[in-house]
Amino acid sequence: MTAPVNLVRHGQFHGGLALEPNKAIALQTPLSRAPLPDRLYLPIDQHQGDAGAVLVSPGDRVLKGQPLTRAGGDRRVPCHAPSSGIIEGLVQQAGGLMQRSGQDCLVIRLDGLDEAVAPLPLAQWDTLPANALIDHLHAMGLVGMGGAMFPTAAKLRGDWPAIDCLIINAAECEPWIACDEALIRSRPGAVLAGSRILARASGARRIVLAIESHAVEALEQLAAVNQNDEQLPVELVTVPSIYPQGGERQLIQTLTGKEVPHDGLPQDLGLLCHNVATAAAAHDAVVEGRPLTERIVTLSGPGFEHPCNVLARIGTPLEDLLALAGGLKPDAARLVLGGPMSGLTLDDTAMPLGKGTNCLLALTDLEIAPTAPTLPCINCAACVEVCPASLMPQLLFRQLQADRHEPARELGLFDCIECGLCAQVCPSHLPLVDWYRHGKSVLRKKTLDQRQAALARRRFEAREARLAEQAAAREARRLRRQERLQNPDAAKDDILAAIARARGKGPEQKDD
Amino acid sequence: MTEARKAGGPHRPPSVSVSGQMGQVLLALVPATGLHVVFFGWGILVQISLALAFGWALEALMLKLRQRPIRPFITDGSVTVAAVLLALCLPPLAPWWVVGTGMVFAVVIAKHLYGGLGYNLFNPAMVGLAAVIIAFPDAMSNWLSPRGLGDPMPGLGQTLHAIATGSLPTGLDWDSISRATPLDELRTGLMARLTVSEIRESAVFSAFGGHGWGMIALAYLAGGLWLMARGVIRWQAPLAVVLTTLVIAVTAWLFSPDSAFPPSQQLFAGSLMMAAFFIVTDPVSGSSTPRGRLVFGAGVAIITLAIRQFGAYPDGVAFAVLLMNMLVPLIDRYTRPRIYGHPA
Repeated sequence: MTAPVNLVRHGQFHGGLALEPNKAIALQTPLSRAPLPDRLYLPIDQHQGDAGAVLVSPGDRVLKGQPLTRAGGDRRVPCHAPSSGIIEGLVQQAGGLMQRSGQDCLVIRLDGLDEAVAPLPLAQWDTLPANALIDHLHAMGLVGMGGAMFPTAAKLRGDWPAIDCLIINAAECEPWIACDEALIRSRPGAVLAGSRILARASGARRIVLAIESHAVEALEQLAAVNQNDEQLPVELVTVPSIYPQGGERQLIQTLTGKEVPHDGLPQDLGLLCHNVATAAAAHDAVVEGRPLTERIVTLSGPGFEHPCNVLARIGTPLEDLLALAGGLKPDAARLVLGGPMSGLTLDDTAMPLGKGTNCLLALTDLEIAPTAPTLPCINCAACVEVCPASLMPQLLFRQLQADRHEPARELGLFDCIECGLCAQVCPSHLPLVDWYRHGKSVLRKKTLDQRQAALARRRFEAREARLAEQAAAREARRLRRQERLQNPDAAKDDILAAIARARGKGPEQKDD
Repeated sequence: MTEARKAGGPHRPPSVSVSGQMGQVLLALVPATGLHVVFFGWGILVQISLALAFGWALEALMLKLRQRPIRPFITDGSVTVAAVLLALCLPPLAPWWVVGTGMVFAVVIAKHLYGGLGYNLFNPAMVGLAAVIIAFPDAMSNWLSPRGLGDPMPGLGQTLHAIATGSLPTGLDWDSISRATPLDELRTGLMARLTVSEIRESAVFSAFGGHGWGMIALAYLAGGLWLMARGVIRWQAPLAVVLTTLVIAVTAWLFSPDSAFPPSQQLFAGSLMMAAFFIVTDPVSGSSTPRGRLVFGAGVAIITLAIRQFGAYPDGVAFAVLLMNMLVPLIDRYTRPRIYGHPA
């Protein structure tokens, strides 16, 4: 039977803004599968952490689902071939949500056969110990698919108190993005089963699936397949459609009224948050034995002819996806990777689809308002009202503008989640988020520089000490020799000893 | 200054603009200005025109001297709002050099010498007002008698003549057309040891502050509430001004009804309503934290009432605002909101 839908919410995060969702436009077309491209460009580092060693060589034929890099600790996630083909080699390509340049990508020339390795499902996963489940999810290449691409295994085990509640984050709060909603509508059962797998792996006793109140149809789909008689029921909770509801810390505040400590993790509160797409991927990995090699991505915005959601292989060049949405309209002025609030302008359409790429947005001049002039900050504090982190964004801006980075750190620069609301409501049209990103990078670099400087200083001091020690030893030897030469008896002894040595009779005496 | 939004987003059209906000403030001032014309004649329109002319000219001059682009700043509306607010505080027949001096202090000294839009520590209109209150005490106390009390009202030509020359045209004299403001009347009456009820027998008083004055104050209140509903101003500072005034005035009036300013006078007779909704809500020179705005508004109210009761000037709004402007950095420092995830 269907589970009761719990409409109670316990808290409300500070600030936020109700934005026009604009999600229906991409959901009009049913979810379709993107055709296989000629080549896949598979970034080998698609997570927070370093890449594993590449296991294949150019010319190798790989099958769909075959691991291409070696898994390491929980923060070294393997990647798998999304389809069958021939490895052509490694190229450098921009990748990831931040579009970092020079990412190593394995190029696979697909043969179109889409031959797969034998699936590796975990039979009777609900009887296995948590560690076995986590190891399997890690081996299947799972990372957070909400965007941050944090290794799932590293989130599931660690040095924290027991997890009480698993929160499945289906609050897709950015306008236009509808990939999670498309996923829930097409595979509600996989989402729920995957949620239970993640709960089992984390030891959580409760599962709450949070979804924004506007996603009525998705909620109905979930409620229709949600089985009440399972050991672990999934509580379906609607949360208000207020941006940035889907932010992990904001969602936790809405659901529990608690705040994640600024220097801590949700796990410290006995909570664990996973994206809904990650839950579905966990289902695929455990029940179907398939590694994470594809995801749903939203192609939407007024700049596309036919906005839609597509299921595409990881590594597909984004430019190959444009045609699936009917191509760009003539007035499309900007492509954005991610949502309109926190996404970044896409510089290079050759960039491949990553495990965390949720949306490709095509916007026209109407949305990006390229002519809006910027004025100085008038201290109106509209940003203070909307900031979900309760910061004073205008003060941060003024400090950063004056190159005062340390005071900005004191004012909580690193508590900024870069949601973009301050810039959205700024009457002076200041690019505030760009200032904060820049300020953070300056401070990170400074910390790094300080660390390197400290290391260099330690090395220098060690070398100086070593040299001083050597010099002191030399001086001591010199003094000893001098002393002996000044002492006539000792000098005579030395001479006699030398003569004796020369005759080959005297005692062996080693000069120092 | 006209650079496009950077790559980092948000990739949405901006919700608001400085000029849009200022435009709404100007719209909210229309009812009060209209009633001002009804009760005090054409003078205010001439004062506003002069203030705008001085304001725009000085703004352009200062932008040029400071080598800043003129167009984005002259159209941002900030100098327009400051000019209208200053003009609304001036006696309708004050000669042109009064408003001129006021605008020099407002635009040149208070605004541009402190760094221009967004950087002024003091409210420009109030700096201008304080300067002319000190520099032209006589001109600043010559208020017209409100229409409806039977005194003659100068026509447009006579108004222009008076403002242009600083003296009344033949046929008019100050004794017949001017009348002390309600706050003036109260102050001089109390100094002459009259009781409040005796003083309030004068026709210049009404149930709502003063005749005409009360209506204008209500128009400021209406405009202010509209701005609040539009989200242009926030509720904290105006509410703090009004509540603090009420609490102090009612307490004082209960204890000493014969010598304390009655609450209705405090609220509706002077420029307190205007200050509550249009001056203490100035973003640049006001507090930017929610709790800080409460402190700021309360402080303005307390100092205003103190000056009215004990000071040398009939109204104290300008000085109260400037004094509180000085405290804003301190207020903001100690009323900063607690950041998410940080201990209280």
